[in-house]
Amino acid sequence: MTTMPQIDLAGAGVQPATAVAKPKVVARDVNVHYGEKHALHNVSIDIPEQAVTAFIGPSGCGKSTFLRCINRMNDTIASCRVTGRIELDGEDIYDRSLDVVQLRARVGMVFQKPNPFPKSIYENVAYGPRIHGLAQSKAELDEIVERSLKRASLFEEVKDRLDAPGTGLSGGQQQRLCIARAIAVSPEVILMDEPCSALDPIATARIEELIDELRENYTIVIVTHSMQQAARVSQRTAFFHLGKLVEQGPTEHIFTTPEDKRTQDYITGRFG
Amino acid sequence: MSEHIVSSFDTDLDTLRSKIAEMGGIAEKMLGDATLALVRRDAALAQTIIAADARLDALQRDIEERAILTIARRQPMAVDLREVVSAIRVAGDLERIGDLAKNTAKRVVAISGELQPPKIVGGVQHMSDLVQAQLKDVLDAYAQRDDQRAMDVWQRDERIDALYTSIFRELLTYMMEDPRNITFCTHLLFLAKNIERIGDHTTNVAETIHYLVTGVALSVERPKGDKSSFTTTEAVDK
Ligand SMILES: Nc1ncnc2c1ncn2[C@@H]1O[C@H](COP(=O)(O)OP(=O)(O)O)[C@@H](O)[C@H]1O
Ligand SMILES: [Mg+2]
Repeated sequence: MTTMPQIDLAGAGVQPATAVAKPKVVARDVNVHYGEKHALHNVSIDIPEQAVTAFIGPSGCGKSTFLRCINRMNDTIASCRVTGRIELDGEDIYDRSLDVVQLRARVGMVFQKPNPFPKSIYENVAYGPRIHGLAQSKAELDEIVERSLKRASLFEEVKDRLDAPGTGLSGGQQQRLCIARAIAVSPEVILMDEPCSALDPIATARIEELIDELRENYTIVIVTHSMQQAARVSQRTAFFHLGKLVEQGPTEHIFTTPEDKRTQDYITGRFG
Repeated sequence: MSEHIVSSFDTDLDTLRSKIAEMGGIAEKMLGDATLALVRRDAALAQTIIAADARLDALQRDIEERAILTIARRQPMAVDLREVVSAIRVAGDLERIGDLAKNTAKRVVAISGELQPPKIVGGVQHMSDLVQAQLKDVLDAYAQRDDQRAMDVWQRDERIDALYTSIFRELLTYMMEDPRNITFCTHLLFLAKNIERIGDHTTNVAETIHYLVTGVALSVERPKGDKSSFTTTEAVDK
């Protein structure tokens, strides 16, 4: 167990049990309400750079809710109220002066169901860089598209049909297209909410391989309902239960010798 | 531990446990009978031990196959994974205990016609009694997931090692006194060594129990009482 000296963040008395060396995202005492419903209770966590952090826990425990806090997707839900503090590279992402569009370029998101735009493969990837003004010329945009597709391990499969609709790809290819789309705007953090739940085992394996490669350059947070997937792809795991972050730590530790009985019961299949 | 949502998973683990218990029972009986056969110079009893070993081997293979299947089918995590891995390890140790008991029985058959100095046989018997108590305790500790009891067994092995060293010295003395004792004493020496090795396997099982219960491997060295590797004939020269 690390006993790192911790920076005491203003207004955040409670420190997470396990601190990480180079946190990219730091959350302290995050609470989320949907109207009257208290969905997340005092979540504090450090998410390290260049690593995959997995969120696991039973359905409805608040994994997606917390994931959406990290790029302020919850802002789009009218009833949703977020309190506490979340920092990206030490900067408060809920600061009034912060540009949310800019934030979402830095913190990209990949969803459960692959959701390519009803446009060409090329346009799906080019869309983000274009609206963010990342390319000065058509040639530069072409290059970004190619690079992103390559990083998402999709380029070889689609290079001859970049003008074909993205929706015509297989499920696994569509998900890699969505990852390429997320990568195209050069994010620092990629959030993935059950990215493989609609995919077959082979397509899942390819996404997992991709996640492992992407880890070198990005901070990745993945919500998964597959414990085996969390064990395979992540370096750190956080277990949520009934809106609380119950336990977090190195993945091998969580899956071999969890400390909390609730974690143990969940990962060994003793409650639903 | 509460039950799994998938109840057939519990059945799998229960089956592993009961098969280990069965192996433990057979191994205990083999060691007890081998000692009895030695004391009574009973070659017929020794033969039954040799036959019993086949059952132990079959059980070990069965446990291993079931454990592998459980891993493949259930992908056990945490304590469940340790449970399955421990079953494989304990079955391996019990199988080795069976082999050592069988070898002991074979030596009993070999020396059953020879003249036996009762005093030294008594020493081996005493050592075997201690090892049998160790084996019984460690099997109980396994069944009850009792780390404290396992650690007691682990600590106590030192005494058996010390006893073995003294038997070793005594046998050397007999051999020097009269070369006609050599055949018998050599068999008895290997026999005593087998029993001492059985003691070592009980400490392996104790270590496995510690891992199973706590999730951490024992990292400290076990206290060792066997000095026979440093013993020379000079050491017993009076
Ligand atoms: N948009 C929403 N409006 C109201 N309640 C919501 C909304 N989204 C999620 N919730 C509630 O918040 C809790 C956590 O949900 P969620 O974060 O989706 O859990 P998970 O991703 O772990 O399955 C659940 O009780 C859920 O019903
Ligand atoms: Mg969700």
